Amino acid sequence: MKNELFKGIRITAVCAVIFALIYPVMIWAIAQFSEGNGMGQTITIQSRKHYLNVGQEFTQQGYFHGRPSAVNYNAAGAAGSNKGPSNPDYLKAVEERIQQLLQDNPDMKREDIPADLVTASGSGLDPHISLEAALFQIPRISSHTGIDSNKLHQWISDQVDMQTTGIPAVNVLQLNLEILKEMSHE
Amino acid sequence: MHTNAYFIIIITVALIVLLAIPLGKYIAQVFTSGKWSFDKVFNPIEKTIFKLGGIDTSIEMNWKLQLKALLWMNLIWFLIALFVLMNMSWLPLNPDANPSMSLDLAFNTAVSFITNTNLQHYSGETAMSYLGQMTLMLWQFISAGCGIAIAIYVFKLMSQQQEKISSNFYVLFVKANLRILLPLSIIVASVLVFSGTPMTFNGKDVVASLEGEEMHVSRGPVAAFVAIKQLGTNGGGFFGPNSSHPFENPSLLTNVVENVCILLIPIALVIAFGQLTGRKKHATMIFMTMMVGFIMLLLPAISAEMSGNPLIGQMNIDQQYGNMEGKEVRFGSGPSALWAVSTTCTSNGSVNAMHDSMMPITGLVTLTGMMINGFFGGVGVGFLNFYVFIILAVFVSGLMVGRTPEFLGKKIEPREMKIAVLITLLHPFLILTGSALASYIYMNHPDQTSGWLNNPGYHGYTEMLYEFTSSSANNGSGFEGLGDNTPFWNYACGIVMLLARYLPIMGPVMIAGLLASKKSIPEGPGTLKTDTPTFGVMVFLIIVIVSALSFFPALTLGPIAEHFSIY
Repeated sequence: MKNELFKGIRITAVCAVIFALIYPVMIWAIAQFSEGNGMGQTITIQSRKHYLNVGQEFTQQGYFHGRPSAVNYNAAGAAGSNKGPSNPDYLKAVEERIQQLLQDNPDMKREDIPADLVTASGSGLDPHISLEAALFQIPRISSHTGIDSNKLHQWISDQVDMQTTGIPAVNVLQLNLEILKEMSHE
Repeated sequence: MHTNAYFIIIITVALIVLLAIPLGKYIAQVFTSGKWSFDKVFNPIEKTIFKLGGIDTSIEMNWKLQLKALLWMNLIWFLIALFVLMNMSWLPLNPDANPSMSLDLAFNTAVSFITNTNLQHYSGETAMSYLGQMTLMLWQFISAGCGIAIAIYVFKLMSQQQEKISSNFYVLFVKANLRILLPLSIIVASVLVFSGTPMTFNGKDVVASLEGEEMHVSRGPVAAFVAIKQLGTNGGGFFGPNSSHPFENPSLLTNVVENVCILLIPIALVIAFGQLTGRKKHATMIFMTMMVGFIMLLLPAISAEMSGNPLIGQMNIDQQYGNMEGKEVRFGSGPSALWAVSTTCTSNGSVNAMHDSMMPITGLVTLTGMMINGFFGGVGVGFLNFYVFIILAVFVSGLMVGRTPEFLGKKIEPREMKIAVLITLLHPFLILTGSALASYIYMNHPDQTSGWLNNPGYHGYTEMLYEFTSSSANNGSGFEGLGDNTPFWNYACGIVMLLARYLPIMGPVMIAGLLASKKSIPEGPGTLKTDTPTFGVMVFLIIVIVSALSFFPALTLGPIAEHFSIY
């Protein structure tokens, strides 16, 4: 009995060294060769650092908006809404988001609203929107920023990811960085 | 033309099977010191480990000693985990100054990780230091290693070339960790770091958003953690939202890799069973039965998620990409459904989309996957669960055709049957009693339970049913809307996880041990063939009958009722 107890303690200690010390340090060393050195992929524009994979909250009408987030894009407390598909409060919230979108985008019709623009992501940090969700916002952004809608179209088709995402997707931050660059040129 | 969701799903499933076959063969080589066991590399390391661990590898251990070693070791793990989790605030590696856990939460979390469940009643960003995370990562390795070791021992008892496989628990345990889990984890973690998953010991970063708001970004040694989380059917996320978090799972590529990892070792162990026991036809029968069950659960989930929510459809918006609540655009609804079924058929429990927001049909199949818990199942233990179903099927079909029930030349007698039946009934007993108790408390003490449910009606009840099912299946996924960090949920789920881990390990090991000590009966014309498709169908029917009879009423009140309220 005692015998197995001591063996257990000793073998656990050895395992701790291998799996909780050597292994993570090894992966950390490998990460030093990766883009961003294991600190996350970032892009620095106008001396501001942005995490490419972490969605940000956009509220200004001149920017592309991301998806609704249950935590307002809090990257230190990510979560989904966990609302069930039949929850009346949830359905009401979706309808309100639709109304808000129609109000903000007066040129667009209800049928054009893609579902990802009115549903919250699982992480609350989704950096992407669908292609349709980006196209939907073109008239609004064009009228608020004065950027030609053909140009916005061009940016979207340059950036849309058709192969390596589950649905055709655009990174909202990268689109908005284009807008920022364009606006600061003027 | 955009990459089709169906294409992604088919590629993923094909990759899983194609990779599991060579891995299964490799696992068999590891435990028989075959040509491909890389003894030259690993033997010196193992020798050092055994020397430092004080292990005499020549000691033979019978099934009683095996279990004793396993249980003692797990007790030690529990105490260490409890200590670390309750003292994180002052221990090192805590750059974000996160607090220590309360006793009930620490109990739940410690049990959850040593039992390979990884049910999480906390969010990693705010409740864990990096020391805490690394401690949990240690259990993610060695609890999975325990499962593999004990499964290999059961294979040994059924094997025709027993002497090749060590009967020393510690040898099997170290080999499983060092030669299977570690190399695979290094490969997967490397893929992750080069895809954008952080691997740093720095704390939160503070940056300004494009619109000038202050943003705190949690980071950490994520890549190392996620790799073993996916491979060892653990499933406990580094961050709260698990693999839906863009740091844990940054792209569709990492999503496919992580999804493959969920099923890889559980399937490979079936292949290894065929190799180690020399009963390849049996392995094929088991694999086919499991695969058919897996696909039958998968198809309804894919269809439900990709067709979207009809209640949202009634709002006349564009739902061509399916039900997107709780899902990430970079994965889409189809691959998220594949993940949901993969993670519940095995006892992984990681998620890449919120199960609470999935359609009722998906809720139904994910619950069913966990209730059966043997369509691949957890690493090692999934096979043991299936083994119990085989014993039941042998006995029932023996009675039906009037032959003595025999499995692999050993007679199955009342003693083994009693164990098998008790183990089979334990799972529904824990799930249904737990859910009934929770429902009773919820109805009778509304003042104390107001924070429990995130959704009303049938769905709210399903949140409670799911929590106990996940605990008892040692799965760890959740309908995360449930406000589960309360003493009731922490203790109740903790106790369920303990019982549901160790008894279903002890039972099959006892059966295999008892059968091994019996005289072998040579196969004759009167022997029931247990390696045929017919017998596979029989096992499948036993599984369906057992789960249908036990769980159907509970499921009717939850996802089934919700389904009919929507459609």
